[in-house]
Amino acid sequence: MADEPQEPYMEGPMHSTHPVIDPGLTFASVTDKISSIVLKRRTSLAWFFGFAISFALFQLMLLAITNLVFVGIGLWGVNVPVAWGIDILNFVWWIGIGHAGTLISAILLLLRQKWRTSINRFAEAMTLFAVAQAGMYPIFHLGRPWLAYWLFPYPNTMGIWPQFRSPLMWDVFAVSTYATVSAMFWFVGLIPDFATLRDRAKSKVFQMIYGLLAMGWRGSARHWHRYETAYLLLAGLATPLVLSVHTIVSFDFAVGIIPGWHATIFPPYFVAGAIYAGFAMVLLLTIPLRKFYGLEGFITMRHMHNMAKVMLATGLIVGYGYMMEAFFGWYSGNKYERYMIWNRMHGPYALYYWALILCNIITPQFLWSKKIRSNLLALWIISFVVSIGMWLERFVIVVTSLHRDFLPSSWGMYQPTQWDWSMFIGTIGFFFTLLFLFIRFLPMISIFEMRTILPEAEVDE
Amino acid sequence: MTDSDRHINFQLMRDHILAMEDGKNTSGGKQYWRSLEELADSPAFQEFVVREYPQQAEEWHDPIERRTFIKLMGASLALAGLSGCVFQPPEKIVPYVKQPEEEVPGKALFFATAAPLLGAALPVLVRSNEGRPTKIEGNPDHPNNRPSDTVTNNLVQDPRGFSATDIFTQASVLSLYDPDRSQTLTYREDIRTWTAFVGEMRTALDEQRAKQGAGIRFLTETIISPTVGAQMKELLQALPQAKWHQYEPANADNARAGAVMALGQPVNITYKFDLAERVLSLDSDFLSAIGASQRYAHDFMVKRRFTEENKGINRLYVVETTPTNTGAKADHEWCVKPSQFEGIARALLAGTGGPEWVAAVAKDLNQHKGASIVIAGDQQSPTIHALAHAMNSALGNIGKTVFYSDPLAVNPVDQRQSLQDLVADLDGGRVELLVIVGGNPVYTTPVDLKLDFERLQKAKLRVHLSQYKDETSQLCHWHVPEAHYLESWGDARSYDGTISILQPLIQPLYDGKTVSELLAVFSDQYDRKPLDIVRAFWQSHYQSQTPGAAAAPVAKATSSNNSAAPQSATASTTATSQTTNASAGRPVPTSSSTSSDFESWWRKTIHDGFVPNSALPTKTFSVRTEALNQPQQTTQSANGNFEIVIRTDPSIYDGRFANNGWLQELPKPLTKVTWDNVAVVSPNSAYQLAGVRDNGGSTTGREHYVPKVDLVDPQGRTIRAPLWIMPGQPDEVITIYLGFGRTVGGRVASGINGQPVGYNAYAVRTSYEPWFTSSLQVRKTTEQHLLATTQLHFNMEDPNFSKEERDIVRSQTLEQFRNSQKEDKEEHPTIYPEYPYKAQAENAPNYAWGMAIDLNNCTGCNACTIACQAENNIPVVGKEQVARSREMHWIRVDTYFKGFDASHPEATSFMPVPCMHCENAPCEPVCPVHATVHSAEGLNDMVYNRCVGTKYCSNNCPYKVRRFNFFLYNDWDTPTYQLMRNPDVSVRSRGVMEKCTYCVQRIQAVKIQSEIEGRRAQDGEIVTACQAVCPTEAIVFGDVNDPNSRVSKIKASERNYALLGELNTKPRTTYLSELKNLNPEIKA
Repeated sequence: MADEPQEPYMEGPMHSTHPVIDPGLTFASVTDKISSIVLKRRTSLAWFFGFAISFALFQLMLLAITNLVFVGIGLWGVNVPVAWGIDILNFVWWIGIGHAGTLISAILLLLRQKWRTSINRFAEAMTLFAVAQAGMYPIFHLGRPWLAYWLFPYPNTMGIWPQFRSPLMWDVFAVSTYATVSAMFWFVGLIPDFATLRDRAKSKVFQMIYGLLAMGWRGSARHWHRYETAYLLLAGLATPLVLSVHTIVSFDFAVGIIPGWHATIFPPYFVAGAIYAGFAMVLLLTIPLRKFYGLEGFITMRHMHNMAKVMLATGLIVGYGYMMEAFFGWYSGNKYERYMIWNRMHGPYALYYWALILCNIITPQFLWSKKIRSNLLALWIISFVVSIGMWLERFVIVVTSLHRDFLPSSWGMYQPTQWDWSMFIGTIGFFFTLLFLFIRFLPMISIFEMRTILPEAEVDE
Repeated sequence: MTDSDRHINFQLMRDHILAMEDGKNTSGGKQYWRSLEELADSPAFQEFVVREYPQQAEEWHDPIERRTFIKLMGASLALAGLSGCVFQPPEKIVPYVKQPEEEVPGKALFFATAAPLLGAALPVLVRSNEGRPTKIEGNPDHPNNRPSDTVTNNLVQDPRGFSATDIFTQASVLSLYDPDRSQTLTYREDIRTWTAFVGEMRTALDEQRAKQGAGIRFLTETIISPTVGAQMKELLQALPQAKWHQYEPANADNARAGAVMALGQPVNITYKFDLAERVLSLDSDFLSAIGASQRYAHDFMVKRRFTEENKGINRLYVVETTPTNTGAKADHEWCVKPSQFEGIARALLAGTGGPEWVAAVAKDLNQHKGASIVIAGDQQSPTIHALAHAMNSALGNIGKTVFYSDPLAVNPVDQRQSLQDLVADLDGGRVELLVIVGGNPVYTTPVDLKLDFERLQKAKLRVHLSQYKDETSQLCHWHVPEAHYLESWGDARSYDGTISILQPLIQPLYDGKTVSELLAVFSDQYDRKPLDIVRAFWQSHYQSQTPGAAAAPVAKATSSNNSAAPQSATASTTATSQTTNASAGRPVPTSSSTSSDFESWWRKTIHDGFVPNSALPTKTFSVRTEALNQPQQTTQSANGNFEIVIRTDPSIYDGRFANNGWLQELPKPLTKVTWDNVAVVSPNSAYQLAGVRDNGGSTTGREHYVPKVDLVDPQGRTIRAPLWIMPGQPDEVITIYLGFGRTVGGRVASGINGQPVGYNAYAVRTSYEPWFTSSLQVRKTTEQHLLATTQLHFNMEDPNFSKEERDIVRSQTLEQFRNSQKEDKEEHPTIYPEYPYKAQAENAPNYAWGMAIDLNNCTGCNACTIACQAENNIPVVGKEQVARSREMHWIRVDTYFKGFDASHPEATSFMPVPCMHCENAPCEPVCPVHATVHSAEGLNDMVYNRCVGTKYCSNNCPYKVRRFNFFLYNDWDTPTYQLMRNPDVSVRSRGVMEKCTYCVQRIQAVKIQSEIEGRRAQDGEIVTACQAVCPTEAIVFGDVNDPNSRVSKIKASERNYALLGELNTKPRTTYLSELKNLNPEIKA
């Protein structure tokens, strides 16, 4: 050890003010602090309050779904020509949100970005819960949701496979794979922490539950070796999925011939948009959480800056996408494409389009400023605006493209009904229900990984 | 492999190896080996290896390996009781104890009858499935439906006769099974028996007999049935003081008065449009809205179809007071104010004066003497009718293209006068027994002669015969349910007088009585059955007309082997239309040798569906023009009011079809409004009246929010009507439509939650100004009204990105067409492989079904939409769902206006859009479950059972012809609707996509028949429902692989084009562009 205690991972003067972890923490204090949220700390009234609201909204979702299944999807605002409305829009939106988690966990892990450690657990959970919301829409948007299993290739007496040329079919594989790998990744990452909780839990019941979940983890070198290998493998597996899922979701549109859908730019632009939306959501949730649970030591301003920068970068890519869409529309000389762009800008849904430009292109430009990146409130507001912007983007793509396509005689309008909104708000409720349960019963920050980035973990060579 | 096996095998191997070591390699074992297994190589060992390691198992060389495997596996799963079986509820199947003659279960029979719906009978063949009438087609053997003798080219018209009907006839099937139809005979709302009714009537009659029936009044609609006419005559002979009144809201009083003015007596006019080069319509919507429209539209289009033989197509001038379908098809159309109409008509007769175009039109007509037609609309004043007679006479058309005969009605009266007399008698207390036979006079009578409660009360006993318990039934003591025409024996005349005998297809569902049956109650033979009445009438005629002769072949009810094409089995009937017969219109059997055998005549007549050569004989008149010399009556509106045009509704007519969901939901041809009537105004007037420039924005689908205005008559009676802007409507003219605002008369008619559908225009209609008035004040209201349309009407002033830029409806002038370069039918490059259509045999290519739709011929009459609805069990969804743009019609008729000036559109075009059945169908690859697939014959099939409802196919369809069951739209519970459905078409459930199938059930029926007979299906054998009903043969379907088929030849036309062809979907349905034959002397 040198005389002057040196901060680990201080990468030059730029970050000198913001370390990835509070320098005052030790192994013991990290473990204590994180596990106490689950085990010791009294559940606050605020938690109950938040949970109650989320749970009530979750019940609204169940009501909306029950009604939908019994009465029919005519309850929604969808029609012909706009046969997909905010159902598919929400599907894409949720899936997009679900991108940040795996990106943070897998890609940043492979890139050895240590700052990911503080937020990966939480981001992964968010991913998983968002994908769960997304996964419901493709099922319940069906006219006959009880036959959704026909989309899976399973042996049946009819002797038919699903149709592999359909992008919806690809969706089934992409989303289910993504959900499975994300879940595994998350769970594997949790095992050492389950063991910690098992060992620290006082109540018999919790000991049992955490013990079961820890799957006999004893922290032996052999365990660690296996764990590291598995985790790395899963990260490798998850990495292409980050890119593939939204690429395939974008095919739902790009494969169609509708002006506004039929665009080759969709895959990269969707992926960028997804990461954009995902980071916005992580920020949106992290900022209040770290404040509330006093986690400033773990999730430092460094994280805030980094996430804001990722948002800015992806936001610029998305902005480029919008520009190119408009440019292609004009440059193609195709009357339908040109009309589509014109209609987006001047048609009945022009307000949505301009709001989208405002939310997704103008707002993130503030992130160029370090001052704003350091202002948590501003950051939170920007993230909120971007989340809305990404919702609007999907609205513009799904609805304005469909509502006026080739034959003016078939043009129509679309308005979501109260049941559309019930289901959407309900999924938000479900999402937060899961999230509240997660922060209450599971360590929201990876304990053991945090320990690896402590100064104590530095091994003298 | 069992454990013991394995044990034995290892044992074997070990022994073998050991033995080899012992035997010093004498048994041919290998000297060098790489493994113990190799060393131990032996047949037994090899078998062991194969059995131990399944990857070396023999391959199952079976081409259907995967499927068989899956099936077996699925079956075993099912057998294992996982989920495979659902217990079907027990069903009772009752076989026929006595099989009806000719009835083969599953095979439809066709019976000839006639639909007497709109003043003239329409000859029809009715399809009967196991005794249930399910679909109506025109009767191709009927003289009205025989091809014109003037045209020989069979591309122009189907030589087998045609089967056109109209929307009302098509929709009458729904009325037959309507559960809201009146089901029981009632006296003051209490159910009574027929015997009780007859007894009561006999008592009343006995009282009256002493007074020679002085207290009896009969009020009927226009009677075109000879039998009923004879009955009335007998009745009046027996009761000389009784009176017979006739009233119908949409009557021909003006035409009658005009004929009296010009010819001295009422006449029936028939036109031969297939001989007319030039047609001038004076406010007549002859292509779609009159009783003879089917024939007239057909003949008109025969002359208009551009072919090699007919390059100089006809020219249509229309002067009208509100836009109509006929106006849309016109080469030159002028919409003028009603007050200006007479001046223009007089100028046209004179050939000078009036607007600048009058001289050119008059000149053009004069150049086509004897080959032109001037036709006046029924609602126009008697003077206009007289002017039309005068013009036809001056042009020498009479006897060439225009023919006169006696009227169709048995007793043509001035109905206004007739009603006035009745009202006077009622007011004078001279009526004791009022028998209202059909109609709904309480609702339809004009306000000044309203049969309201006050007035009706003065008649002591009131009887009403009608199909629905309606406004009139409510005010009558006795209500007698009327039988539907498909349940009735009867007779009626078609537009040229040809008589059809109506036969019932089914026993009356609800104990209904026919008009004849009711009238018989007041005669001596009060308990006669309708068959006896009709038969007795014809027997007496037959005997009085015919000396005896050989028997005509006994014909049974028409049974068609071919369930798809409604061809009558007897082709022997050689009918010549428009025959002038010496016997003054009396029906005469004209077998080459007349028959004394009435029975065979009767059976043949019923079988054929018409009495041969019974068309009314033509008469000649000299046209008197002195009445026209009187100066024009000044109908200048006193206070600068808006002028009001009153019309019957295009879909529900005068209100009699108000309870018919198909018709209520049918988009009206020009406005596309459903479930409402509107007050049509011009864009300028709308701005003046309500400050609006378009028909209200839409937010949830295809609804419009329009302002309402009050129309107030001098007595303060008010109707509140939604304003609808119609391009082409003259300024300061408001068109209102009759038939809506019913308060009683069924669930559909009287609306939901007591909110009537539409407004009741009868509330301000007077007997002296039934069609045009200027005495209504228009007042602005703040109320808004939601209208459900199937096509949004956008602001047309959008020059940057207007729809004009899109190549959708092609319409060009004849001049442009002749000068235009031949359409280069460029092939667009595609990466899709050609669909491998398998040939049936080497020299027999497979069928390739296709359709050609001639836009030039489409009059926008909507008959195809309703015919498709009837054929394919398409549900009604209701106004709220239409407003959400979820209507289910498989074929729609799009309307496009051309030009940028909404006040004066350059043209109006109709475009029927069924499924295009694309070769490269965008819907097919996106379905994740193979629910929409390509058939080997090029059909784009929809597998309802497989559909899970992703709706992706609809999104990806550029033509948006797919329809989705967002709810359980089909009525699965009402028992009568179950009888109505076409058994060959599945009734779709909730959550599945559906769309036009090219009537695949009809295709299959013909194919099965042709395969039984070992031949190919012939061209024209398969007729889709929309094709069969189309009066102008605008829709032609057939095999495009056969170069000689009609559809192939039509598609070879230079006018043929694919809708959105640049998308390279290669649609099987193609269109023929519209042509306009403009008069070069008239400036646009």
